[in-house]
Amino acid sequence: MNSKVQNKIAIGVLYGIAGVVVLILLALVGYILVSGLPKVSWHFLTTPAKAFLKGGGIGVQLFNSFYLLILAMLISFPIALGAAIYLYEYAKDNWVTSVVRTAIEILSSLPSVVVGLFGFLFFVVKLRLGFSILSGAFALTFFNLPLLTRSIEDSLHTIDDKQREGGLALGLSRWETVTRVILPAAVPSILTGVILSAGRVFGEAAALIYTAGQSAPALNFMDWNPFNISSPLNPMRPAETLAVHIWKINSEGIMPDAKAISSGSSAVLVIAILLFNLAARYLGKRLYKRLTSA
Amino acid sequence: MTKSPEQLEQELKRRSKAAKLEIWGRVVSFSALILIVAVVVAIIGFVASKGLATFTTNHVNLWDFLSGKNWNPSLTDAHGKPEVGALSMIVGSFLITVLSAIVATPFAIGTAVFMNEISPNRGAKILQPVTELLVGIPSVVYGFIGLSVVVPFTRSVFGGSGFGILSGTCVLFVMILPTVTSMSADALRAVPRYYREASLALGATQWQTIYKVVLRAATPGLMTAVVFGMARAFGEALAVQMVIGNAALMPHSLVDPAATLTSVLTTGIGNTVMGSLQNNALWSLALVLLLMSLVFNLIIRLIGRKGRLQ
Repeated sequence: MNSKVQNKIAIGVLYGIAGVVVLILLALVGYILVSGLPKVSWHFLTTPAKAFLKGGGIGVQLFNSFYLLILAMLISFPIALGAAIYLYEYAKDNWVTSVVRTAIEILSSLPSVVVGLFGFLFFVVKLRLGFSILSGAFALTFFNLPLLTRSIEDSLHTIDDKQREGGLALGLSRWETVTRVILPAAVPSILTGVILSAGRVFGEAAALIYTAGQSAPALNFMDWNPFNISSPLNPMRPAETLAVHIWKINSEGIMPDAKAISSGSSAVLVIAILLFNLAARYLGKRLYKRLTSA
Repeated sequence: MTKSPEQLEQELKRRSKAAKLEIWGRVVSFSALILIVAVVVAIIGFVASKGLATFTTNHVNLWDFLSGKNWNPSLTDAHGKPEVGALSMIVGSFLITVLSAIVATPFAIGTAVFMNEISPNRGAKILQPVTELLVGIPSVVYGFIGLSVVVPFTRSVFGGSGFGILSGTCVLFVMILPTVTSMSADALRAVPRYYREASLALGATQWQTIYKVVLRAATPGLMTAVVFGMARAFGEALAVQMVIGNAALMPHSLVDPAATLTSVLTTGIGNTVMGSLQNNALWSLALVLLLMSLVFNLIIRLIGRKGRLQ
């Protein structure tokens, strides 16, 4: 067989492989949307779940998912920002830095169930926070920190060193250079990273089943005092998120319409992730144009 | 009023506002970093101390734990020892990881080659955004689709319940495919353009260039991608737990219900009492999981180091 024939066959095979993969991926997304979207309605998105009857919604779970996401982001963003600034702007290239980098890599490769179990042991049992939004937010923080730190570090990396030299040449201290020159320039790509990691946190379930709990008590959406037990803002109440809800109703199966609710919830999750992705791209580009007049 | 020399000295030696701010910033950002390291140390420390309790306070033999085939921590065997053999779960976890990586690797690398070498335009416009989106799909969604599509399918083809290693492998294959594909594509993109040009200029066909030059040069990156996918598959909990059947038995065939470390952990930890042997045995499984993720990490580092030396 000469090499030209071989070439044609190989290229043909590669076309085939790529085609199969595209088919699998399209079938996956298609299945989620086609089976799930008809179930999604305003009623479905806003009513609370029912344990034994048909026709429950995912209102409380959806709220819990967003609330946990916001809390986890509020905790993890400042820490990740500080760590990334130190790592990229201050840290010398020595063994301490490499140990720290290794630690961050280890944290990012830990299975999320292990992070969840640690959260259970430390926050739920040791600190007696119980199954609560706060425990869940901390577990999500651990899960999120390494990803966010790396993405912010990458953003700092994209800023030209001339900007740093310019800042220092003007007599600014390093910290002033970072906060006044580097960070404003890096905002678009930091924001993109934050939104993308928010998408991952939004769909996380394994780290939450033993920290934020698997029950969603009814909420009174007229009561915004965070110290009342039925208030949506109370951080000490157990909070089943949308992703946990899908897992829960599929593994316990006492709901008559569990399948319909799971496909509806899956579609909502996937659409939310899609929106996060699009928002990250759009906002990143838009802010970049605004801030750099490019 | 004239200042005494001491006062003057003090004033001159006092840190300026900017210098104070600088120190403050350095301290704050450094403490954020230390916090992350502390979290890592705490996680490893807590899980290790809990996981080792099975062997230190409950006096289970480490070898019995790793090689025993009977998992039933609330019962004792003929010798009066608790039945905490984790081999079936360890085998289950490894089987499902290796099988899904074997299936996913050719598809992922093939697609990455297609995206980068054969049809870069379509690759960049369609395939890349789609794979990036799919990386973000939550694992419970994969589990749910496995439950409603893959399990009934294996049931109708192979009989039995449909739950088992085969279904788990299918779900994990689709789940790690986008991750491995997009990392492989990154590895191929890192191969300098002049490698390809030189090879084509020597008269090599496109396939010869891909096979003999591009893939060889990208090997460390491709291996990293595959190991990364395996690490993800090994640590995946809920998607696997939903389709594997959760029977802690030695797997005899790919279509019988089985269990993995993660699936036993997710179902068991809420039903046991803290500090009891049943609970400690589960923490030992978590420790095995943690150690394996460290091993995967080490492998990725070794590959990276070897790749740099060339």
